[in-house]
Parts: sequence; C-alpha cells; structure tokens
Amino acid sequence: MSTVTQTEDKELAPVSTASLAALLIAKERPPRPSAWSASMTFGWRAILKIKHVPEQLFDVTAFPIMLVLMYTYLFGGALAGSPTAYIQFLLPGILVMSVVMITMYTGVSVNTDIEKGVFDRFRTLPIWRPSTMVGYLLGDALRYTIASVVMLTVGVILGFRPDGGVGGVVAGIALLVAFSFAFSWIWTMFGLLLRSEKSVMGVSMMVIFPLTFLSNVFVDPKTMPGWLQAFVNNSPITHLATAVRGLMAGDWPAADVAWSLGWTCLFVLVFGPVTMRLYNRK
Amino acid sequence: MSTQTTGLAIETAGLVKTFGETRAVDGVDLAVPAGTVYGVLGPNGAGKTTTVKMLATLLRPDGGEAHVFGHDVVREADAVRGRVSLTGQYASVDEDLTGTENLVLLARLLGHRKPAARERAAQLLEAFGLTDAAGKQVKNYSGGMRRRIDIAASILNTPDLLFLDEPTTGLDPRSRNQVWDIVRAVVAQGTTVLLTTQYLDEADQLASRIAVIDQGRVIAEGTKGELKASVGAGTVHLRLRDPAQRPEAARILRLALDAEVQSEPDPVALTARVGGAGNGQGAAEQAGRALAELARGGITVDNFSLGQPSLDEVFLALTGHDTHEADGDQDEVAA
Repeated sequence: MSTVTQTEDKELAPVSTASLAALLIAKERPPRPSAWSASMTFGWRAILKIKHVPEQLFDVTAFPIMLVLMYTYLFGGALAGSPTAYIQFLLPGILVMSVVMITMYTGVSVNTDIEKGVFDRFRTLPIWRPSTMVGYLLGDALRYTIASVVMLTVGVILGFRPDGGVGGVVAGIALLVAFSFAFSWIWTMFGLLLRSEKSVMGVSMMVIFPLTFLSNVFVDPKTMPGWLQAFVNNSPITHLATAVRGLMAGDWPAADVAWSLGWTCLFVLVFGPVTMRLYNRK
Repeated sequence: MSTQTTGLAIETAGLVKTFGETRAVDGVDLAVPAGTVYGVLGPNGAGKTTTVKMLATLLRPDGGEAHVFGHDVVREADAVRGRVSLTGQYASVDEDLTGTENLVLLARLLGHRKPAARERAAQLLEAFGLTDAAGKQVKNYSGGMRRRIDIAASILNTPDLLFLDEPTTGLDPRSRNQVWDIVRAVVAQGTTVLLTTQYLDEADQLASRIAVIDQGRVIAEGTKGELKASVGAGTVHLRLRDPAQRPEAARILRLALDAEVQSEPDPVALTARVGGAGNGQGAAEQAGRALAELARGGITVDNFSLGQPSLDEVFLALTGHDTHEADGDQDEVAA
C-alpha cells in the first residue's frame, strides 16, 4: 500500500507556495451570480456528468425504445387492427408515459448524490439556494428531450405520421418536457426525504405505475367502469397525453393544454418549496 | 463592522446541537481571534465536525449563539457564507468531474465569468502541482491530490475564514507536510483558519491557540504553551537490554525526572512523562540528565526516545480518561 502511495506522490509536482501566495493576494470578489446563472451552472454540471458517465443515458434510450416496440406489437393488432394503425394513437401517449416514468430516476440520483460531500460545499456557497436543484432538473430536462427524440424516431420508423408536422411535434415535446420538469420536484422531495436509494425506487414505482397506466395512454377510457373513468379523466397524465396527442395531430386542444400547464405550476409551487425545505434541513 | 472592534473571527456562546438523545455539542464557547490559526483538538466523536458544520451554516444550532465576523450564523447565514469556505473529510468536490471542471464550476458559482473562472482554475491547479492531473476525474486522484484539490476549491476566492476539518487524516507524512505548507501560505495572506484535528503535533505545528474538546464540551483552552504546561512537554520511552535491571532503572528515572515512571507490558520498556511541573522547557535537558544518571548506575539502554505527549496522554491529563473511554487493555475492548 505504501509503495503505491509513494510512486503516486513522486509523480506529483510540489506545491508552489510562492505562486499560491500571489493568487491569494487577489482579494477582490466578483458580484454574486444571478439565480439564473447559478442554475445554468448547475445544469452544466449535470451535462458534464452525462459526458463522463454516458451509461446513464441507457434509461432514456433503450428503455423507451423497448416500451414503444412492446406495446405497439403487443396491443396493436387487438386494439386497432394493426400495429401501424395503433401507433398513430399510441405514440404520443407512450411518449408521455415513458418520459414521466423516467422522471423517477431523478429521485434516485438526488438521493445518492446528496450523500456526497460536494453538496455540503454547494450549501456553503452564497448563491440562490434552489439553484442546485433547478440545475439538476435542467440537466434532467435534457434527458427527457433525448428520450422524446429517440422515441419519435422509432415511432416514425414504425409508421407514425403526425399531422401536426414539425411545429406540432415540437410543441408537444416542449409541453411534455415542461410538465416532467415540474413533476420531477416530487422525486427530488422523495430523494431528500427517504433514507435509501431502494426506498426511493419503491415509492416511485408505487406512484408512477398506477398514475401512468390509469390514463388514456393505451385505450379510450369509455370502456372503463364509471369510478375508474372519474379518476382517469381527471388524471394529469390523461390531460397531458390528450394535449400532446392533439398538438402532434395538428389540433389545438386548449383545455387540455391549460390543464397540463396548471398541473405543471401546481407541482412546482407545492413540491418546490417542500424540496427546498428538506434541502436546507439536510 | 463589529469585526474591527472585537477582532474576533468566530465567537460562540453555549452552542448546543443534539441528535436524538445524544448531545453532540454541549455548550461550546469559542473566541477565535481574526488572522490566526485556531486549533480544535479532540478524538473522534468529540463534536468537532458538528461544531464546524454549525459555524459554516450547514447545521442549525439547537441552542446558544454563534457569530462569524459579527454575523449570526442562523439569521445572517448568507452573509456568513460570503466570507467562509470549508474543506474537510466531507465538504469535497465532485468525483465524477475532472479537476479543472470542478474548479471552473465552483468559480462560476462564486460569480466569476467564464474566462476568469478558467484562468483562476488553471492558476490554482498550477500552484498546487496538479496541472498534469487537471483533465483527470477526481475519483482517480490519490489521497494527497484529493486534499489539494479540496483546498484549492476552498480558496477560489480568498476566504476571510477557512474551516479545515481534519485536513490530514489518512494522509501519509509527506502529503501531510505539504498540506501544512499550504495552510501556512493561506494564513500568511491574512485568512483566519479554524483547524480541527485529532493530532496534537498538527495543532502544535499550525495553531497559535488550541481548544480541546471532549464529549461536546471545551475542556481546555489556551495558547500552545499553556496547554503543554498543563500536560507536560513530552514522554520518555526507554528500552533496556536486561529486564532484570528494570526496577533499578525505574528508581533512577523517578529521581532524575521527578516524575512517575510506568512499566510497560514489554519487560524491558519504561515510560515517564517529563516537564509536567508547569514549565514546558528543558524537557530534552532533563531527559539527557536522566540518561547520564542511568549510565552512571550501570544500566544499559538500548533505545531511547523523547516524544511529544500523544492526544491520549493529553486527554488522560485533562480528563482522567483516555480517548477510547475504555478502561483496561485496548485488546480487551469488547464494545
């Protein structure tokens, strides 16, 4: 053990106390960064992490592709006569479902990341406190965008032809990413609240599965029992799926877009402050 | 403002932090003069890190008050954060990022524009001898390099107060010396340093005043000289050639040093504390005289050393119990 340390230390250049002193003399401090600038810097950190650990993109590439292929061919024939016919209906919905599902990884990564010492350093910096978390989620928004683009590409290969054209598709993805950014605050809360990665994963599954499946992603809710329709028709996922489906089809589903944006604001306003409270207490 | 009038970088009164049933910090009073290195000495679990975390605004005190440069650490946390930085076993850098990326990231968060942040990062890496490792992920750094990048990250903006929480724990002696050099360079520029350590010699090397903490309380405080005077300047360790001569050797030592002599489990070993009578000086002289006496008594000494008192000995002297809190032999510690 000592030999390893020694060889490493021999390669290590000595500390130059003279140049160190020269650096320390500079006492002037730049003005504090704005909330926006600090958040973007943390977003940059998230992107650097993706650069160094590209494996983490697995869940925004392979997983969504798997979902599209599975559900298109599993249900396509039975529900719409053919996979190609079904994918016109399914793709916007499965896009919503997958991206919302991917948001739960946020909780897991916050939970593991927060235990590392670097968060203590961030918390001693004189910056806008939520910027650490906002930056985190900005990085995640990039991951959601990647997932959306990957799934759309697969969908187009399988025969998905959106009538809304590029504009409709971009609007749909923008709405989805904005919603997911807001929805992620639930996971940052759980990531800070729960003690282990496993419990975060467990709780996330309990929330995500019912919420995404009990929606209009796969089928029209008309065939469901009344009590379930009541839930499904008021679920944020249903509103979002309808809005994205409409936008991609070239319509303007004003009510559902409004509902989706309303939920978006609600998530940020409720879970943002709770997250920050937990973050400050940690 | 009040900094100028009081000249204190840190002032705490009755600081308390409890975790459940445990009172991790139990009424700590500190007064740290600006521009000095202040050592906080204590064993694991004494409450050193908890105290530092409260002062650095990471933990909220459950009782008492703490001011850093006159700013309350709870009510004016943001003002405190603008003037301190923290390096320790826990406050570190992002392991997944490279050395350069870490420093640029933190410089940006301190408000430097991109070119200035890059320049400052490059200069610091150069000064810390890390230029060759600048593009490597920090997780591949050695212990000594880790500590350097940690400290570099803490002085991106020259802080008025730097917390160093056990900066050399786990380092080899060489890296340890280099960290000490860095600390001296930082203090020479006027930064106040609060250093926590488990090593008496580290506090001795760097600090001008020392507080000894045990079980969340300050049990001794003063200049290095005062503290040493209270525990003795050092310990003499002797190894004899012939175990049969030990009782005689112990008798001679007791007379020459005017101190209690302990017989070690090793049948040829003896230890005695020197300079415990209030003056820390002349320990070497005293020990030399004792050696001469032993020679005159016809006792063959194979090995002789004069060491500083260990933290264990300081604790024994100050509290009457050692750092492990266990009575009896160390090998038999069960709990």
